[in-house]
Amino acid sequence: MDGPSTDVIQGTLDLLILKTLSLEPMHGYGIARRIEQISRGVFKVNPGSLLTALQRLERAGWLDTEWRQTANARRARYYALTRTGRRQLESETADWTRRVTAVARLLKAEG
Amino acid sequence: MVWRQLVRGLRALTDRSGADRDVADEVQDYLEHAAAAHRAQGLAPDEALRAARMELGNITGVREQVGSYGWENVLTTVMADVRYAARRLRLAPGFTAVTVLTLALGLGATTAIFSAVNPILFASLPYPDAGRIAAILESRSDGGRNGGTFGMYHEFAERAHSFVALAALKEWQPTLIGVDQAERLDGQRVSASFFRVLGVSPSFGRDFQPSDDRLNGPDVAILSDRLWRRRFAADRAILGQQITLDGDRYTVIGVMPRDFENVLTPSAELWAPLQYDLSDGRAWGHHLRTIGHLRSGVTVAQASQEIQSIGRAVLQEQRPQTYDPNAQFLVASLHRELTRAVQPALLAILGAVMLVLVIACVNVANLLLARGVQRRAEFALRAALGAGQGRLVRQLLTESLLLAAVGGVVGMAVAGLGVRALVALSPPGLPRADAIHVDAVVFAFALGITTLIGLALGVIPALQAANSDPHQDLQHGSRRAVGGHRRTRGALVVAEVGLALVLLVSSGLLLRSLNRLFAVDIGFDASHLLTMQVQTSSHRFDDDSAALRFFSQALQAVRQVPGVTAAALTSQLPLSRDDDEYGAAFEAGPTQPAGDYDVFRYGVSPGYLETMGIPLRRGRLLDERDGPAAPLVVLISESLARSRFPAADPIGQRLRLGPTGPYTIVGVVGDVRQMSLALSQPDAVYTTQSQWPFAERAMSLVIRTPGDAAALAPAVRRAVWSVDKDQAVVRIATMGNLLAASAAERRFALTLFTVFALVALVLAAAGIYGVLAGSVAERTREIGVRAALGASRRDILALVMRQGMTLTGLGMVAGLAGAVAATQGIVAMLFGVTRPDPVTYLGVIALLGTVAAFACSVPAWRAAQVDPASTLRAE
Repeated sequence: MDGPSTDVIQGTLDLLILKTLSLEPMHGYGIARRIEQISRGVFKVNPGSLLTALQRLERAGWLDTEWRQTANARRARYYALTRTGRRQLESETADWTRRVTAVARLLKAEG
Repeated sequence: MVWRQLVRGLRALTDRSGADRDVADEVQDYLEHAAAAHRAQGLAPDEALRAARMELGNITGVREQVGSYGWENVLTTVMADVRYAARRLRLAPGFTAVTVLTLALGLGATTAIFSAVNPILFASLPYPDAGRIAAILESRSDGGRNGGTFGMYHEFAERAHSFVALAALKEWQPTLIGVDQAERLDGQRVSASFFRVLGVSPSFGRDFQPSDDRLNGPDVAILSDRLWRRRFAADRAILGQQITLDGDRYTVIGVMPRDFENVLTPSAELWAPLQYDLSDGRAWGHHLRTIGHLRSGVTVAQASQEIQSIGRAVLQEQRPQTYDPNAQFLVASLHRELTRAVQPALLAILGAVMLVLVIACVNVANLLLARGVQRRAEFALRAALGAGQGRLVRQLLTESLLLAAVGGVVGMAVAGLGVRALVALSPPGLPRADAIHVDAVVFAFALGITTLIGLALGVIPALQAANSDPHQDLQHGSRRAVGGHRRTRGALVVAEVGLALVLLVSSGLLLRSLNRLFAVDIGFDASHLLTMQVQTSSHRFDDDSAALRFFSQALQAVRQVPGVTAAALTSQLPLSRDDDEYGAAFEAGPTQPAGDYDVFRYGVSPGYLETMGIPLRRGRLLDERDGPAAPLVVLISESLARSRFPAADPIGQRLRLGPTGPYTIVGVVGDVRQMSLALSQPDAVYTTQSQWPFAERAMSLVIRTPGDAAALAPAVRRAVWSVDKDQAVVRIATMGNLLAASAAERRFALTLFTVFALVALVLAAAGIYGVLAGSVAERTREIGVRAALGASRRDILALVMRQGMTLTGLGMVAGLAGAVAATQGIVAMLFGVTRPDPVTYLGVIALLGTVAAFACSVPAWRAAQVDPASTLRAE
């Protein structure tokens, strides 16, 4: 864990969720956890924003949802990437890489 | 994925609790997972749960945040607003009813008028390429318009390059002899290109071809859909069959589409080729209409220039006698030409109804303001409980939009009735009257204007609410008012009074014009006079003398009818839209050169001038001696005599009429109004029909009776038919009817203006009353104090009256300035009065002042009744 944790950069939450779900279906808390772990604590996910984003992505057709019974007889909602979601992830990833490369190049030129 | 959005949203809407439970479960699940994670790191269960709660923050907040995603939530809030607004309005039934009715009146009237004006002025003509259809016109040097001539049409068609096609047409009233009964129809004789110029073709059968439209060409006819259904049972086998018109057999070659609208002669039901004889002298008679379809890329102005140069060249080359040597030729858009005469009146009416709408809105705004004052405490309370400023403003806008919407719905019903009344009232000359109805365009107009009004009305109380201080309002409650709004309400009343004054002045001027118009000396005695037209149709009358004989026998028969004191025939009837003008060429006298005048020619039977009551000024009238064998004689009108012979005696002078004559003047008679009451074109000549070389196929009968003229009609018609039962008797009307019809357009405008002005007056009075009543209610305490300090009832009465009449006075001053400007819009409809007519202005000021004083007196009287003791105790 190096440096303080920050909120997820505006506009990248969708990309992070899609990427996380590309590995396996997960519930909301699992997604938040995974994002924090993989970013080594750099990103801290706000639960309200996350759950709202999940609703939005579901309605956009990129995620499918499924209710599963949990061990203590509660309902948990699992999210899985759809085929259009996978395509969306690819295009957003490409877009992100392009931007990052450009920014990196700019920073380097300045130095 | 619009679909998924829609389905999820609808599911949430239909099962709100299910959707809420889903969100709650998910948040709960999140919490438990978080707690489990903390436990796994070694925290005690309750510690872990607290840490998880910390992580999530406000759990209800999270639920609300997640649950508020989706379009359905916006809808839900709006619906809640609407429900709340509806409840508020139901709780104030009086306010709601008055507001809705006021709005409905304004919106309904505006929509009705718009639905009439839209197809006439704004919509394009009902043809595919309507913008390129133009009328070709001729104007005389005196500024009047002439009908077109076939000779000129022929030259235009040969030489002009600005048009794809040109067409000439004239009215035609053939009698259809059928198996059951004969019927006179309205039709048109048209050149073969007529339908091509309009851009329409028959729904089945064929269009006219150039080979149909030549002298002695085939007798072919195209029927309207209406005629085909009415007389031929919509039988397609009609094609190729023959029908009998005026004794000739015509082959039906086509039927026009059902939706074909003939804007040139809306009543026309069938068409036949013009088949003109160019060698005939009539080829240069002014009785045609010419239209053309402009070539694409050619402007009206360019076409006009070309037509003018061709026209002038033709006059140079051929010198047709029937043409004023200074005649001008021009092209105008057909739409503009058709609506030219009615445009000023329609625009003025549209403007007037807009004023009514504005007054209605001002009134409603005033009501809303008054209500806003009463509701201050309510809004202050809601603000104190946490409602944001935006939320309150949205609530107010919802309320006013709901009011406007309900007003709009009721207004559409008003508009439906209004349109029916308009069509019933509409003057006969109104173009495209058949196209007046409430359609999609009108509906969109009403919807747009309703929304605008709803928003505009909502802004006023919203601003008022936004400016208020909830703290202070909560303390004061609603009982004591703050002064600022009173000035706004006063200003609104001033505006209302001003607008009402503008409408009242306009209708006052129109009323005075109509009175002046009916006071015009028409030149003959219109009372107890019955008129009708007798038309001959059949080859039996191809011989001119047969027609003359029939008319004279019919006249004899009519004179025998009991109750007829005098009867006569004339080739054209005053005020009946007949328009038969000739060039009168006076011979050169010893003191003056030859001169030409455009005159109305009346071919009459002896006794016509006596029957009509046209006075003889000099010489003698026409009598039985002036027959075919006698010397040709003529009577001239006194204006013509004055302008041609200012010093000399006209009796014995001679003149020619077109190609006929010369006639010797034997008498001078009084002037007559021919075209309309308002139009003074007094130059006229009278000849006996038996001395006129061309037989008329239709003559008008004028019948004088001491009793009821209309009641005599059946007996007179039977008398005509006793001579020949196959001849049509049409256009039966008393001269009184014709007089009324001549002023129909002005009467139409006057009726509408009067209705609008009265509505405006009532609304303005209601506005004054409302403001004063509100002000008295708010100032009860102040009035009580005044009374306690010694003010008499009379003082208090005067105080309130002064307040009301000051507003009225200010409104009148503003209105007078407005009226001076606004009456420019009706100047075309005025007759015999000038715009700054003092009688009208004084009358209107007196009327408005009286009504306003009456409206003030009720609240003033109520104020005077205030009991100081009880008011002061009540505080």
